[in-house]
Amino acid sequence: MRRFSLIALPYSWLVLLFLVPFVIVLKISLSDAALSIPPYAPQLDLSAGWQGISDFFGTLDFENFAWLASDDLYWKAYLSSLKIAVISTMLTLLVGYPMAYAMAKAPPEWRPALMMLVILPFSTSFLIRVYSWMGILSTEGYLNQLLLGLGLISEPLMILNTNTAVYIGVVYTYLPFMILPIYAALEKLDGSLLEAAEDLGCSRLTAFWLVTFPLSRSGMIAGCFLVFIPTLGEFVIPSLLGGSETLMIGKVLYEEFFNNRDWPVASAVAVVLLLILIIPIVLFQRNQQKEREADQ
Amino acid sequence: MEQSVFAPWLNPDEKPLIQFKGVTKRFGDFTAIDNQTLNIYAKEFYALLGPSGCGKTTMMRMLAGFEQPTSGKILINGKDMKGVAPNERAVNMMFQSYALFPHLTVWDNIAFGLRREGMKKDELAARVDEMLRLTRLAKFAKRKPHQISGGQRQRVALARSLAKAPKLLLLDEPLGALDKKLRQETQFELMDIQEKTGTTFVIVTHDQEEAMTVASRVAVMDEGRVIQVATPADIYEAPASVYVADFIGDVNIIHGSALKAGDGYDIAWFEGRAPLHYKREGDSYAPANGARVALAIRPEKVSISPEKPAGVTNAIKGKIIDIAYLGNLSTYHVELDGGQMIKAQTANTRRLSRRSFTWEDEVWVSWTDTAAVLLEG
Repeated sequence: MRRFSLIALPYSWLVLLFLVPFVIVLKISLSDAALSIPPYAPQLDLSAGWQGISDFFGTLDFENFAWLASDDLYWKAYLSSLKIAVISTMLTLLVGYPMAYAMAKAPPEWRPALMMLVILPFSTSFLIRVYSWMGILSTEGYLNQLLLGLGLISEPLMILNTNTAVYIGVVYTYLPFMILPIYAALEKLDGSLLEAAEDLGCSRLTAFWLVTFPLSRSGMIAGCFLVFIPTLGEFVIPSLLGGSETLMIGKVLYEEFFNNRDWPVASAVAVVLLLILIIPIVLFQRNQQKEREADQ
Repeated sequence: MEQSVFAPWLNPDEKPLIQFKGVTKRFGDFTAIDNQTLNIYAKEFYALLGPSGCGKTTMMRMLAGFEQPTSGKILINGKDMKGVAPNERAVNMMFQSYALFPHLTVWDNIAFGLRREGMKKDELAARVDEMLRLTRLAKFAKRKPHQISGGQRQRVALARSLAKAPKLLLLDEPLGALDKKLRQETQFELMDIQEKTGTTFVIVTHDQEEAMTVASRVAVMDEGRVIQVATPADIYEAPASVYVADFIGDVNIIHGSALKAGDGYDIAWFEGRAPLHYKREGDSYAPANGARVALAIRPEKVSISPEKPAGVTNAIKGKIIDIAYLGNLSTYHVELDGGQMIKAQTANTRRLSRRSFTWEDEVWVSWTDTAAVLLEG
């Protein structure tokens, strides 16, 4: 009984804040757009009794999903989101791994300070940080002024409103999510393992490749998922830093919802996005599970 | 069948495998090893014994190449090891934590060092299998380290460090994580493997029983210095100092002043009591008259009897304060009239119910004139 009440709390949380909204979104995605408030039909009319309920379910259909499949904008947006998410995850890994490694190798008294530095950006609003990147990357921005001042370039670089700016934004924003799990894996690495590897004939570099790298794999996988999953549905970064070429599903969803006011199609987009995301989420859970087993 | 005793350290023609020449190691202000010189010979099982922080692990890490001496030289096979990296030494180490690679199977752990050498595939497999047989691990070859027991892990660590057939194997508290029974079994296994492979073993331990069991020679260390190097029997029976006598096994120390008498010394140990007699038997320590000395007597060499034994040089009356019953042995703590405590140990050859002494009994403790060791007090 005690156990039941313990798990009841997180489960009721999930039901209320995840399952119920999802069912609502799913229902809207099966409806049709309408000029009304709210802008879709049918509405569930309980006063009409059983007849009303069966009418309601009778008018729900998969029309919007068929629409998503028929218009190539949507699947192109999904694919482009996937591509951008994969590339930026890899970039974040490339930037994050050396930082996590340096943190784990730093003297112990330095580590809390370094950890603070990694987490510190969270104390400022995410939106403000993305806006400040606009100030850095724009044609008159600090980066271009610096490069022009140093004489490295003669014409300002066009970075803002391109995919490059999106990559920079994603890497910057999600870097802590990559660093922290890798750091956690590297930090608990027993130093005597590296000594043992050297003792058995490894150079420092081979010891890294044969011991450190494989033993930080679970941290890397966790970090990659933590970056990939939110990036796939990212809306703020592509809409602020990206340009017309940047096609991301989060942006499409926003436009359907607020510009076209087509709630049913927007909901269908969201449902498909969720289905796509379930795959990496399940893989992520498996990785965590495996790691827990290995720890025992 | 006559078997020659293994004692290369007594042979002046024998070349030592390992030489420490005036080695000092400092960490900042702290002197971990203080100008030490010692020789270790091929095929020895050499134990570095001492309390934690005495520098024994530092000695070992310098041999492995993880630390460099601040001054002095370390020679292995006559070659100066200065600047030789750990992966370039024909030395392997078995780590205290075992340091098994958690992501590799037992088989791959053992093969790790051989792969670095670029050994041929079938040769490598044969060598790994040989090691698995030697350490009786064949059944566990496919398992990961976290899927086997502590004792098995210890054997994997041993197999892995022996796989490359090193000239010298270093063992850092190899049995520290095992329980007592398993530790004793493993000690004999270690000796067996050492004999079979003919490898020189240097073991670091704080457990004097372990050092005594496995080693051909024991170096007792304290505060960065080697106090005495000798065979286990010599360390026990002829300790060079009160520190060594006290560190190895149990001992009674009686302080007093020496007076030459006949074939040895009379030691005046307490006002108004008959002096204790000590007979010299080829010991080098010869104190002047009146020098402060310490008489060290092992508890098992002290006998205990209800009446004053006849024909024994040293007999003192006392009272039993405590009895420690250890099963096979009992240790009696006897308080002498002067307040000095003497431990006497007897083998329990009789059943418990028929023991002859109990608490508060007046008894006599006695020992022969050659039972004790005379040390600087």
